[in-house]
Amino acid sequence: MKENAFVRRYGLMILAGAVVGAAALLLTAAGNPKNMGFCIACFERDIAGALGLHSAGKVQYIRPEIIGIVLGAMLSAFAFREFKARAGSCPATRFVLGLFVMIGALAFLGCPLRMVIRLGGGDLTAVAGLLGFLAGILAGVVFLKKGFSLGRAYPVKMGEGLALPAVMAGLLALLLLAPGLLKFSEEGPGSMRAFWLVSLAVGLAVGFLAQRSRLCMAGGLRDAFLLRDFTLLAGFLTIWITVTVGNLIAGNYNLSMLSQPVAHSQHLWSFLGMALAGWGSILLGGCPLRQLILAGEGNGDAAVTVLGMIAGAAIAHNFGLAGNPDSTADGVYQVGGIGAAGMIAVAAGFAVLLAVSLLHLPGKEEA
Amino acid sequence: MIDARGLSCPMPVVMTQKAIQKDAPAVLEVLVDAQVAVENVTRYAQSQGYRTAVEPQGPDFKLTLNK
Repeated sequence: MKENAFVRRYGLMILAGAVVGAAALLLTAAGNPKNMGFCIACFERDIAGALGLHSAGKVQYIRPEIIGIVLGAMLSAFAFREFKARAGSCPATRFVLGLFVMIGALAFLGCPLRMVIRLGGGDLTAVAGLLGFLAGILAGVVFLKKGFSLGRAYPVKMGEGLALPAVMAGLLALLLLAPGLLKFSEEGPGSMRAFWLVSLAVGLAVGFLAQRSRLCMAGGLRDAFLLRDFTLLAGFLTIWITVTVGNLIAGNYNLSMLSQPVAHSQHLWSFLGMALAGWGSILLGGCPLRQLILAGEGNGDAAVTVLGMIAGAAIAHNFGLAGNPDSTADGVYQVGGIGAAGMIAVAAGFAVLLAVSLLHLPGKEEA
Repeated sequence: MIDARGLSCPMPVVMTQKAIQKDAPAVLEVLVDAQVAVENVTRYAQSQGYRTAVEPQGPDFKLTLNK
């Protein structure tokens, strides 16, 4: 009986975590950037670049993984009668939060999912990000305990719920039918890509399973702190274990601080970037992956958050806020990271998150 | 009765947690509008020793928690 209870509680989550971890390994083997496989923040940033919203030539491509995740979640939500068109819970605030979650993630060079994938590749520079993510989640939990809420969403017309899935279908159509309208990286991470059909299929599978399991990288730690509920955390840990084991078997595990793929050693700003992303994710009710899933389920507020993240990526690259990886020039190891503008943007992000957190606490009559 | 309809994760559970921690009611009703909220509230309530029953109400769900 106990075993049955364990399987009922954790089975789907562990399956989803294992599939996401395996998907990251598969996509890396199929051509996506190392220690990435897939990264929600990086891939939304690549989409922003492909659309010409920023002009960083190394990070431009319509990533079919993102399209697949949203459409996979939508198919799952329809199949299990969970698709509900809902919106109206502080959409403008969510846009801004999404924007700063992206700025924080790009300061670190990865969303919470990629943070775990980097850890699974032995990238010790991601430890600072993990610690920052924990700190950010704790900050968010403090405000949740005080009653923070962005308020209710309400039923809306089906068209609103289908908005982001339709945008994603449109992006897929552009990629396949009118690639000449788009920008594609010829070097750098944006040029490293699996065949589109592989990316799309993996995205669909991940979207479907993440919708069923409710996988959320921020929710796992939040629920552990807030409710002593470890269900979602099981997914987080399973991804980490799966990627670690896969990399060890394939000989790709490199336990080191140095020369890690698309990563930098500016530890303080890795910490702060992920703290910003973690805190923002708690205020939004889920990590960047979860926002894609919710948008696929018909949640217009999550769709606005995703659009905010794409805008944040454009701003990050147009104003030089994003992190640069460590590099080696003429045999000299050069530490990357963010510049003064990026530091100011991250600091501004904390000020915005604090303001949003305080402004959405219950009034005296509601407390 | 807690009305957590339209509130995003984890608000329905946080509201339930607050109500239970405040005065541990023998019976608590929670209204939610998403299956994920049903699952989260049920898991938390059961961890606190409550039995749970779910009743669909149109597009919403009414959870009844009994100690």
